[in-house]
Amino acid sequence: MSHQELLQTRFPAAGLVFSDFRDNHRVQVPKERLVEVLTCLKTEGGFDMLVDITAVDYLEYEDADDRFGVVYVLLNTSTGERTIVKTFVNDPDPTLPSMYPLWKSADWTEREVYDMFGIKFEGHPDLRRILMPDEFTTFPLRKDYPLKGRGERHNFPVITRSES
Amino acid sequence: MPFQVSDLAELDAPEKEYLWTLNFGPQHPATHTTLRLVLTLDGERVVKAVPYIGYLHSGFEKLGEDLDFNQYVTIVDRMNYISPLANEIAWHHAVEKLLDIELTPRCKYIRTILAEIMRIQDHLLNVGTCALDLGGFTAFLYFFTLREQIYDIVESASGQRFHTSYTRVGGVMFDVDNAWVDKIRAFCKGFRPVHEEVHKLLTRNRIFIERVQGVGFLSKEDAINKGVTGPLARASGVLRDIRKDEPYLAYPDFDFKVVAAKSGDCYGRYLVRMAEMMESLKIIEQAMENIPAGPINVDPETKAVIPAKPAVYRSIEGLIQHFEVIMPNRQAGSPREEIYAATESPNGELGFYIAGDGSWKAYRARCRPPSYIHFATFPDMIKDHQLSDVVAVLGSINIIAAELDR
Repeated sequence: MSHQELLQTRFPAAGLVFSDFRDNHRVQVPKERLVEVLTCLKTEGGFDMLVDITAVDYLEYEDADDRFGVVYVLLNTSTGERTIVKTFVNDPDPTLPSMYPLWKSADWTEREVYDMFGIKFEGHPDLRRILMPDEFTTFPLRKDYPLKGRGERHNFPVITRSES
Repeated sequence: MPFQVSDLAELDAPEKEYLWTLNFGPQHPATHTTLRLVLTLDGERVVKAVPYIGYLHSGFEKLGEDLDFNQYVTIVDRMNYISPLANEIAWHHAVEKLLDIELTPRCKYIRTILAEIMRIQDHLLNVGTCALDLGGFTAFLYFFTLREQIYDIVESASGQRFHTSYTRVGGVMFDVDNAWVDKIRAFCKGFRPVHEEVHKLLTRNRIFIERVQGVGFLSKEDAINKGVTGPLARASGVLRDIRKDEPYLAYPDFDFKVVAAKSGDCYGRYLVRMAEMMESLKIIEQAMENIPAGPINVDPETKAVIPAKPAVYRSIEGLIQHFEVIMPNRQAGSPREEIYAATESPNGELGFYIAGDGSWKAYRARCRPPSYIHFATFPDMIKDHQLSDVVAVLGSINIIAAELDR
């Protein structure tokens, strides 16, 4: 049974949208059903590896309804089947449940999404910035953040030799 | 949940005051580049390791939203700079999948050969520096002589030794000639004896084995659950290789084996990498004798590929085609779709998630870097080992900080 049939029988009225593009199989899930769907995919669908979590900011995308799309790339290591689960979150407080209890690989990938987009993951054990410095206040991969930055680099506190 | 606040509280308790904190990095020869670890030590035993990364973060993904599909190849080059061409191939593999471009057979073969040369190059450096960190200088020098030859091969194909920027959407920048194939032939011939010699130097070397065997253990279940791929996962018994499981380029044409080990420790990873080099050599030897003739780029009519320079300078059609590819207001578009495409890079699964918005740029260019995912497993791997094992484990998981931080 493919994962699409599995999800269709398990969540007949959950509003899942299936689509295929090239060799990618994708399923769009409402935010509220994300944990159920991913748990089902892991325990029953055999998707034992969470390859990647990433996000897309649709602020400047034509005809986009939602602000952020969060993408989960799943892989079944025994059959080689892949699926891409996508969900949308919106301002002012983009929050999603953490997938750390299911896949430990979500640890750093969720931290990176938080660092770059400001999407919070509830239940993550250690949600801190990972790539940007701790003093950084904005989220650089959001589309309203300029490519050249806002001059943060020039305003970092400088430690002189006498202070160190 | 495995991580509990009580763990931290236990560390802070006064009766554990004898624990030492050691700052490892950001500048340390064994970290190879800039990454920092804060180790909590009980004598020489590592109780806890907390990595701090981001020292080399330079916003590559943000740049990917500003540069077009061809320009961005110069940036992905600089991610894993140990095997730059592997990144270029992965990036353009994803772009071509988004644009639905089928490469010419000649281009597929050339890219396959280069991808395998890059795998050898990466493993050479990894095994060499792993031995160097543990005190074995000779293997490192032997392998760097081979890397020098690889630089020559890459240079004669692309004109650059290091950051080649060789691939283009729908093809590669320059065609290769017989002299290039001769160079690879000479390399393959010289490779085997050196590889054998390093085997003799390390594989049964008692000092080396005692430093790596049983160190940095990663079980099969953990490897899968933590998203580990590539030689690291195969050393833990995960039989997965994208070249076999989801064949791309010309890999279906060749006869090669997927190398795996059961032990899951640093020694297993060393053995997997050594054996993988021989498998890569087999692929190169099969491919270089059978490079198909024909064009190297897809048809310029697709508006995807830059036409050859003689055509641009000597014919009006070529000039127009060149113009249509270069000028932003004339460029071909991309579908308003999103795609994830992965290749088996030397380090593991290197994937790109590209969102197209109809222009000749990526709306979002996410890179799934294997180093990043692998380094997340490091704190668990090093727990309860000795301080001196830190360099052994770091060396065996092959962290490239430029790819880690992007």
